[in-house]
Amino acid sequence: MAPVATPFFFYLLSGIMLIGGVLVITRKNPVHSALALIVTLLAQASIYLMLYAPFVAGVQIILYAGGIMVLFLFVIMLVSVDRVQRERQFNSQWVVGIIAATALGGLFMAVYTKGKDIFPEHALPMVENDNTQQIAMKLYGQYMFAFEIASLLLLVAIIGAVVMAKKRI
Amino acid sequence: MFAYIKSYLSSAQTPGAAGNMFWVLVYILVIFTGLAIAVMLMTWLERKVLAHMQVRLGPMRVGPHGLLQPIADSLKLLLKEDIMPAEADAFVFWIAPFIVVLAAFTVFVVIPFGPTHAITDMNIGILFMLGVSSLSVLGIVMAGWASNSHYPLIGALRSSAQMVSYEVAMGLAVVSAILMTSLNAEGTGTLSMIGIVQAQLAQHEWFIFKFFPLGLIAFFIFAVAMIAETNRAPFDLAEAESELTAGFHTEYSGFRWSLFFLSEYTAMIAVSSIAVTLWLGGWLRPFPNLLSGPTWDRAFSLFPGIAFLFLAAMCFFNTARMPKHPLFRIQTIGLAVFGIVLGLIGLILFIPAVSMRVQDIFWFSAKVGGFMYLYIWYRGTFPRYRFDQLMQMGWKVLLPLGLGVLILTAGVALLQQKLWHP
Repeated sequence: MAPVATPFFFYLLSGIMLIGGVLVITRKNPVHSALALIVTLLAQASIYLMLYAPFVAGVQIILYAGGIMVLFLFVIMLVSVDRVQRERQFNSQWVVGIIAATALGGLFMAVYTKGKDIFPEHALPMVENDNTQQIAMKLYGQYMFAFEIASLLLLVAIIGAVVMAKKRI
Repeated sequence: MFAYIKSYLSSAQTPGAAGNMFWVLVYILVIFTGLAIAVMLMTWLERKVLAHMQVRLGPMRVGPHGLLQPIADSLKLLLKEDIMPAEADAFVFWIAPFIVVLAAFTVFVVIPFGPTHAITDMNIGILFMLGVSSLSVLGIVMAGWASNSHYPLIGALRSSAQMVSYEVAMGLAVVSAILMTSLNAEGTGTLSMIGIVQAQLAQHEWFIFKFFPLGLIAFFIFAVAMIAETNRAPFDLAEAESELTAGFHTEYSGFRWSLFFLSEYTAMIAVSSIAVTLWLGGWLRPFPNLLSGPTWDRAFSLFPGIAFLFLAAMCFFNTARMPKHPLFRIQTIGLAVFGIVLGLIGLILFIPAVSMRVQDIFWFSAKVGGFMYLYIWYRGTFPRYRFDQLMQMGWKVLLPLGLGVLILTAGVALLQQKLWHP
């Protein structure tokens, strides 16, 4: 089968991601921002697919669709869109922005110039056909303890939310 | 070019796996057309069956027994004025129906109508289906919010709460079915839709009967959750007519409304396909082990043709019963021609080469059709749930049941591997 990981798709998806990301921070209407965010995340899922990581892509779609859903509900229930649109946007934090941009740019430049030493010389063999099985083996074998700790952490968050939201249980 | 087209026919793969773009396109077109026809048929059947359940006649005017009613309906919807509320958020209002339709149709990429009859086979098939179909909630909430009106907003919020809570129980039921695919020599399961059916073939058992009654309970959880997922009666609180006018699509009209309608029925077909694939053996014919051998294979391959001949016979029977008044002459001729077409299709299906290639599709569609009839039946019999009852059912009954089934399935599977096949 011909590989789909062509430069054309990479640039297309990256372009969509960049445009979506810029729209997230420039839209005044929070619902439009949430929409732009989901476009960005779906493009990112497609990039995972290009990297022959279908399981990560599928999980990305499921989790972030649900996450954006909740964001949507927050916007609908908590934010008055009419008032927000009349307010002045306070995203002009030039100093912090410049520092963050320089740091990220420096990192990119460093990776770009020294990439020869960091990355393996040949592309790794693609494990598309049993990608999910490989992840399962690693997750429930080698990283079992970390996985369980993470799930315990999530449980604590759920219980905390219930305790805080409900006065009488 | 021609050789490229012909090269796929000799391969035993899905067109996506073979990488043949021409056949991928053909499959997409065939599935899209088939779905559109199935949805039209479904609307007609729903109105007819519901009417007969309530001792009414249902649509009778357009065509014999209202057969052309779906065409009249769709024409009406296309010609209707497209209204947008003045205060609506135009862009979100415009894009919401498309998101719902896209989510409903995209899942058909991985649905296996047969071992080779799927657009493509993905390693993450079932995960992809659940993920993409959960995107449709987004479209519904967007539609409800963008309408800038109270009923749609309440409908959309109800719909999202309902879908989010039933997705959990649904996921647990699906996981327990996927767990059963791993009961082979290597001990690795699969998420691929084709792989799941092949696992049932290899284990000589549909998963609904596996570890009785665990498979059956998991199937039951899925069967309840899928009705809630598709917002159908008795869980159609998002569009409860008596409370919310029409729920999230109150403000939509004409073509856009028909898109919501189309996607609702398409989503019903999609989730029924998941249920059929996971528990009812997908494209496998009934009793592939008990009644095996070439004679039984041949006998079961006659079923598609017999089904079409039966439909043709029904048409001819009703042609004979049509009123003899001259006003009904065109309708009578039309029904007879329809019967002849159905009969010809049935005769073509008796050719061994055709029937062997097509019978997978027939069995899959027949099982899905059974589910579609169940949907209508539920709507005709069950009263609508109250919202707190719905939530209680989801979180306090189905979720613990799903967890229990999952743990028991895992335990029994482990025991089976450790004790009986050490």
